[in-house]
Amino acid sequence: MEALLAAIITGLLLGMVYGLAAVGLNLIFGVLKIINLSHGAFIALGMFGAYYLFQYFGLIPFVSVIPVFVVILIIGILLYFIAIRRVMGRQELSTLLITYSISLIIVGLGTFFFTTNPRSIDIPWESIRIFSVYIPATRIVALFLAIICTFLLYLFLYKTWIGKAVRAVSMNRVAAEYMGVNSHVILATSFGIGIGIAAIAGVVIASIFPFTILSGGVYELKSFVICVLGGLGNPFGAIAGGLILGLVESVLSLKIPVGIVPFIEFILLVLMLLVKPEGIFGRR
Amino acid sequence: MRRILTLFLVLFLAFAIGVSYAKDSIIVGFTMSKTGKLNAESDEQFKGLKIWEKYVNTQGGIYVKSLGKKLPVKFVYYDDESSKERVQQLYARLILNDKADFLISPYSSELTATAAIVAEQHKKIMLAIGSASDSIFNKGYRHIFQLYTPASRYLTGAIDMLKALNPRASKVAIVYEQTNFATDVCKAARDYALSKGLKVVLFEGYAPGTTDFTSFINKIKSLQPDAVIGGGHFADGQTLAKQLYEQRVKVDVVSLLVAPSVPEFAQIGKAALYVTAPSQWENGVKYNEKAAKKLNIPWYGPSVAWFVKEYKAIDRSGKEPGYHAAAGLAAGLVLQRAIETAGTLDANAVKAALEKMDVMTFYGRVKFDTGRFYGRQIGHEMVYLQWQLKGGKLEKLLVWPPEAKEANLISYKKNF
Repeated sequence: MEALLAAIITGLLLGMVYGLAAVGLNLIFGVLKIINLSHGAFIALGMFGAYYLFQYFGLIPFVSVIPVFVVILIIGILLYFIAIRRVMGRQELSTLLITYSISLIIVGLGTFFFTTNPRSIDIPWESIRIFSVYIPATRIVALFLAIICTFLLYLFLYKTWIGKAVRAVSMNRVAAEYMGVNSHVILATSFGIGIGIAAIAGVVIASIFPFTILSGGVYELKSFVICVLGGLGNPFGAIAGGLILGLVESVLSLKIPVGIVPFIEFILLVLMLLVKPEGIFGRR
Repeated sequence: MRRILTLFLVLFLAFAIGVSYAKDSIIVGFTMSKTGKLNAESDEQFKGLKIWEKYVNTQGGIYVKSLGKKLPVKFVYYDDESSKERVQQLYARLILNDKADFLISPYSSELTATAAIVAEQHKKIMLAIGSASDSIFNKGYRHIFQLYTPASRYLTGAIDMLKALNPRASKVAIVYEQTNFATDVCKAARDYALSKGLKVVLFEGYAPGTTDFTSFINKIKSLQPDAVIGGGHFADGQTLAKQLYEQRVKVDVVSLLVAPSVPEFAQIGKAALYVTAPSQWENGVKYNEKAAKKLNIPWYGPSVAWFVKEYKAIDRSGKEPGYHAAAGLAAGLVLQRAIETAGTLDANAVKAALEKMDVMTFYGRVKFDTGRFYGRQIGHEMVYLQWQLKGGKLEKLLVWPPEAKEANLISYKKNF
């Protein structure tokens, strides 16, 4: 019983972080209608941002989310105008190729500069007891950070003018333009925010687990599963999908070998695609 | 005219042969991983070899009785890029182009397994360092000699430690990285635990590169074992130790491969405390002439203190030498001893000397299997270190076996 409780708590904590990693991917898909294959690379960049801010300025990851987000947001907006804009509205293959090449460039340069030796950020915080389960304090802070980021994204999308414009463009780009929305600015901002959130997820993950420049790939793959589970295009569906995935991983592995769990996750993905392809919270 | 020409030709050939046979050095060939994932360990091993080169050449070389003189040692080596394919090409090159007299293996079981095939094909003696695999030695090779204690005896001491610490202990959990080496070691440890009447409640592998052990730890906590053993390499072992501590896994013994024996393990702070690890060698081991006498075997080569001093002169970072470097020097000493005993550079004679060898050096006892697992190490024993607090600082101290210990073994439970 105690083990099950531990599995549920750790599963929910991890699920929230998975969810946050997937939110950005889903936002970009929802608004720009492109599948961003450089998502994992930006998660990894977030990890290294947190690492170096911790190493050189002593900033703990929960503070460094702000500078990391701002920098990646700007990079995202620039990338949109330099690269993504050229392939908007073209076939899927063009958008896949361009985001994949961005990923290759980042990972290639990252391997050269950072090597693939594992890094970790060690914050000497003690564990906190919840019922009878000991949870590292960093994970609990990570949970709150993920909740705060999601809440801020909600406020942005539903309470600000730009957020409403983002939703308008995502629903009908042409109609939004007729209403005076500069769609390229909105698309660029959305892309920037999408990868910015990916980088925040990277910062949060780096505060819990060791990482290399290649670590983003794992979370990118999970993000795809999560997006399909939660509903493609709906950022908040991603949080639900993340929580489901975290719980499934954690509870199932109590009884079956951990190595088999990803297999079950992908079966879940296939089943979801067959039965309810729009996902739990997706729009048809 | 023709006679004179023939005479010239004969004289010329005789001269040429004479030149090529006038040996002025012993060529020792090997590859090291200057680049790639094995770089760090391979570099340490190389430092050990450099120390041997200095040790032997300042004495004027190795005395070869059949030549009536001392021959200096000359290294020929290449960068294998941590890749099996490169090892295969380069060992052939070392033998055929560079005419190496003897070979030393690259670092890691995987690369050594490849180099062993080439060495065996050309009947060249190769001393295998940095490789603890047993499987290299069940293939019938007759020229490969291992310096490390093999995987089959690598973690068995952890079970003995558990029994010594808590005679009523009954359950062990084994969690290991899914690589050849860790799997071999952990299977052997499992069999040993079962033979000692312990129950192995968990025996499960994790993929290389795993960073989240929460699922394993949830499982371990529900099974309540007395010891957690396993691990694989540095990064995963360090993370596993950290997460075991964070989630307060109360067991008597935590013993992990590789990671805790690396000084950087202390980066995880308190989580490192009371974690134990097997090691091939540690500074502080009590191998000396007296110990050799006790076992009634000869002592050979420099002392532990000399090695540590020389290592610090080369390394300059101030860190203590580890077993990778120690094995490098040990391989050189074993080869030197075998050549001196054989009195010739002839491979068969040196091989015979290695077969008969039973000697103690600063690295410990060295003796080779001559039976079914020809060339496998049977003399050398693992030592166990534990991270303890000494004067408020984390330090790794030798705690096992009892005859070599610097400090008493402490239960991991003391953390909580």
